[in-house]
Amino acid sequence: MTFNLFVLPFILGLIFLVVVLVKKNRQWIRLMSTDDRKKLKGWYRSPKILLALKEIFFESLLHRKMFRRNPLLGYMHMSFAFGWFLLILFGNMESRIYSGLWVNPPYYPIFLKFFIHDKHVLPFEIFTVPGFFRFSMDLLLMFVLSGLVLAIIKRSRSKWFGLTKTTQHHFTDKVAITCLWLIFPMRLLAECMTAGAYGYGGGFITQHVGNVLAFLWPLNDKSIAYGFWWFYSLSLGIFFVTLPYSRYMHIPTEVMLIIYRNFGIKAGKEQSPIHEIEIQSCPKCGVCIDICQMNTAAGINDIQAVYFLQSVRNQQVIDGLVNRCLVCGRCEEVCPVGIHTDNQRISQRNSFVQLQKQDYSYLNHEADPQKAELIYFAGCMSHLTPAIPRAMTKILDAAGVNYLFLDEDRSVCCGRPMMLAGKLKQAEELIERNKKSITGSGAKTLVTSCPICYRVFREEYGLDIRVLHHTQYLLELIKKGKLPLQTYFRKVAYHDPCDLGRGSGILNEPRELVRKIADPVAVRDEAKDAPCCGGSLGLLNADRHERDLITKEALANYLDKDAELLVTACPLCKKTFAKHSPLEVVDVAELVAAAIPKVEKETGELVN
Amino acid sequence: MSKTAIIIGGGVAGMETAGQLNRLGIEVVLIEKQASLGGHLKNWDRLFPDRRESQEVFDYLEKGMNDGISLYLNATISDIREAGGKFTVILEDGRELSSDALVLATGYDLFDARKKEEYGFGIYDNVITSAELEEFFRNNKQKNLFEGVQSKRVGIVHCVGSRDEKVGNLYCSKLCCVTGVKQAIEIRELMPDAEIFCFYMDLRMFDRHFEEMYYEAQEKWGIRFIRGRLSEAAENPDHTILVKVEDTLTGLPLKMKVDLLILLVGFVPSPETKRLAGMLGLKEGDDRFLCPSDEHLLPNSTDHPGVFLAGTLKGPASIAATIVDARAAALQVAEYLVNGER
Repeated sequence: MTFNLFVLPFILGLIFLVVVLVKKNRQWIRLMSTDDRKKLKGWYRSPKILLALKEIFFESLLHRKMFRRNPLLGYMHMSFAFGWFLLILFGNMESRIYSGLWVNPPYYPIFLKFFIHDKHVLPFEIFTVPGFFRFSMDLLLMFVLSGLVLAIIKRSRSKWFGLTKTTQHHFTDKVAITCLWLIFPMRLLAECMTAGAYGYGGGFITQHVGNVLAFLWPLNDKSIAYGFWWFYSLSLGIFFVTLPYSRYMHIPTEVMLIIYRNFGIKAGKEQSPIHEIEIQSCPKCGVCIDICQMNTAAGINDIQAVYFLQSVRNQQVIDGLVNRCLVCGRCEEVCPVGIHTDNQRISQRNSFVQLQKQDYSYLNHEADPQKAELIYFAGCMSHLTPAIPRAMTKILDAAGVNYLFLDEDRSVCCGRPMMLAGKLKQAEELIERNKKSITGSGAKTLVTSCPICYRVFREEYGLDIRVLHHTQYLLELIKKGKLPLQTYFRKVAYHDPCDLGRGSGILNEPRELVRKIADPVAVRDEAKDAPCCGGSLGLLNADRHERDLITKEALANYLDKDAELLVTACPLCKKTFAKHSPLEVVDVAELVAAAIPKVEKETGELVN
Repeated sequence: MSKTAIIIGGGVAGMETAGQLNRLGIEVVLIEKQASLGGHLKNWDRLFPDRRESQEVFDYLEKGMNDGISLYLNATISDIREAGGKFTVILEDGRELSSDALVLATGYDLFDARKKEEYGFGIYDNVITSAELEEFFRNNKQKNLFEGVQSKRVGIVHCVGSRDEKVGNLYCSKLCCVTGVKQAIEIRELMPDAEIFCFYMDLRMFDRHFEEMYYEAQEKWGIRFIRGRLSEAAENPDHTILVKVEDTLTGLPLKMKVDLLILLVGFVPSPETKRLAGMLGLKEGDDRFLCPSDEHLLPNSTDHPGVFLAGTLKGPASIAATIVDARAAALQVAEYLVNGER
């Protein structure tokens, strides 16, 4: 007999789940932009699918990134995901030995020990094919159960898992988690009792535990075991039905996310189905809570990506939650699922923007574009730190560069502050205006002092000229021998600005540049782990005390070293740090300018 | 046996407290970190609102420094100890001074205008602070500020380092407004044909004769007041300064070229005050100035028995107000030493 009524909850739950998932996925693809849909064409023939499968194996099953963050948390997720996957895989292989068929009903391997009682295989018979599978299945069940034990510990001892605050659960989450936690203990009990009642057919654990149970509990007969098979099937079935409406939707969705990502579909600044897929993919591991400076410095622990994404999923987004974020990218950097948390914020902010009539008439007052080989664009922030553009003009003059200081007198904002506030349409207006004066100049290179401008120039302007941050350009000048350096500074600490380091991946050039003129000290969190200075334009509703706390915490990263100067590469970081720093704060361009000999204006000759 | 009080800080507040206590028959020790007494007072030329010479005030204070006061100049405190109601102040050179009461009169610092980098102080040649202008007045009586300059236009920027979240100082420094008006008139006296503009947020002419002085500046001296906070300043190739500001009364952005930009720098708590307050466990307000135990009723006492406060370590105050506060502090100290009340 290969059917029993108790398999129905499992079968019905599975059918329900598959139908919901297929419908959801078709809906996502239908709502995608035509560009994104095109990327998926012929996906089964593309080598990208192999890359996606590899990534699914490493991230969805092994949880490699989570392992790196916290081994215990990684093991917990891995034992569930990879352990369960292997149970299904091995279970299927084992079931084929007994059915002799290539295709079995899906419930058959899941409940195999109910249907098959093979007295010819002994619990420790590892080197025969049926013995190997029986042994492995017990071992794998223990593997999954070890994860369950950790999950239970995590509820009360989240600190051991690197989390100071574990995430809150909703009702469906609670039903789903209860069922999920019941599935494997029920399976264990059902298999043990069945093996105990028959006296054979179990593995090295199930058989022996079953025998003990049968001895201790004389009432243990096949009908009680049968009851546990029902419980097992019911917990599976209910879990499958609640899954699409609970946090566990992240299991199937993450797989789809990885596939789409490998085909180049990414969450941008405007809403798209991939945003929903990312939101559904969040496993609520909570890694983003501990990395967030709003939490660690200012004690604000209800706005982090995990809560924000949850509010979007539950359609309970409030602007207070959306706007309370530095958009510094630190959580995006550590997210094991690779959710674009910054763009998620921006796209949600965009939906909060009230459509107002804006006056852009000032943008039309434009002079004829001036011509130059190279454009220097200081940026609004640099005009508030005049030592930076002054240093740059001194350097450019000294190197004999023919340049145009595009925003020396008047300028239009690069658009990124608008963008961070979700005002994408308004930003577009500014971008168009600036693009005209940049392309109109005929320049082949654009150099800016501001990482905020730099990022938006690269990401949104679509310029077909070289766009460089001044750290890159200055390094180039030095390497070409155009800047004779005279002075060498002693110990300095270098701070990576968010939009330059994490945001644009410019990590090496500033370091190499600093090393040419100074002796950088090692700091605790640097490069992509560097803290935000707290001045972020992305934080739309913090009071000054909260910002001050963030700045002071960030400063601590650089101060308890023997550094004599705090060096950064962003006018906003410089200004923000200067408010609280006991050390002098300078831009790396200022150091370079101070390191080169003075230029005699009339003759262009270098003098000491 | 007569009682002793140690006064830390030899500026206006410290000198006046010392003089008063001494006249009340209390033995006074006055400790000053610098080589001479007077503090900031020695840097000012003439005082608002009547524009008397600051030297006159200093001369009065100095008269109080008679033989009953032991003076320690160039003295830095390394530690303060307390046992059985007695304080022992240990100087860096190892000398130990003891007393029955302590008065902190460590004053304030001027805001470091380089922190407001967008105004270009320390970067552009023709951006100076109000303190530097006072120094010029003191050292160059009757001398033209712009010898050799053709057009003479001066901008005076109010609230530099005060009422400014961006530099972390939310408080008003109170006295920059009237200083700006005073200095505008003084520049006009030196250069009758100069154009003078004050850029202000609002003018806080809170004390007696201040408002009249503001009217005089407009009516008699033709000083022009523009309501708007400077957003930034840039230096032209000829070293003149281009200021950008919104005239908030007309709602229009404004660009103006000036030959000289004067920044009215405000008060900030001095690091030395913070250090000593830390030693004694004194309370700091949100504005980082020290707090007395009761703003209304015990403005010179602290929660630490025997420790008193006098002058601008409690926040911005004029010289006149500082002298009044110092006398109140002296009375409070005397009462404590005689009756044991704080």
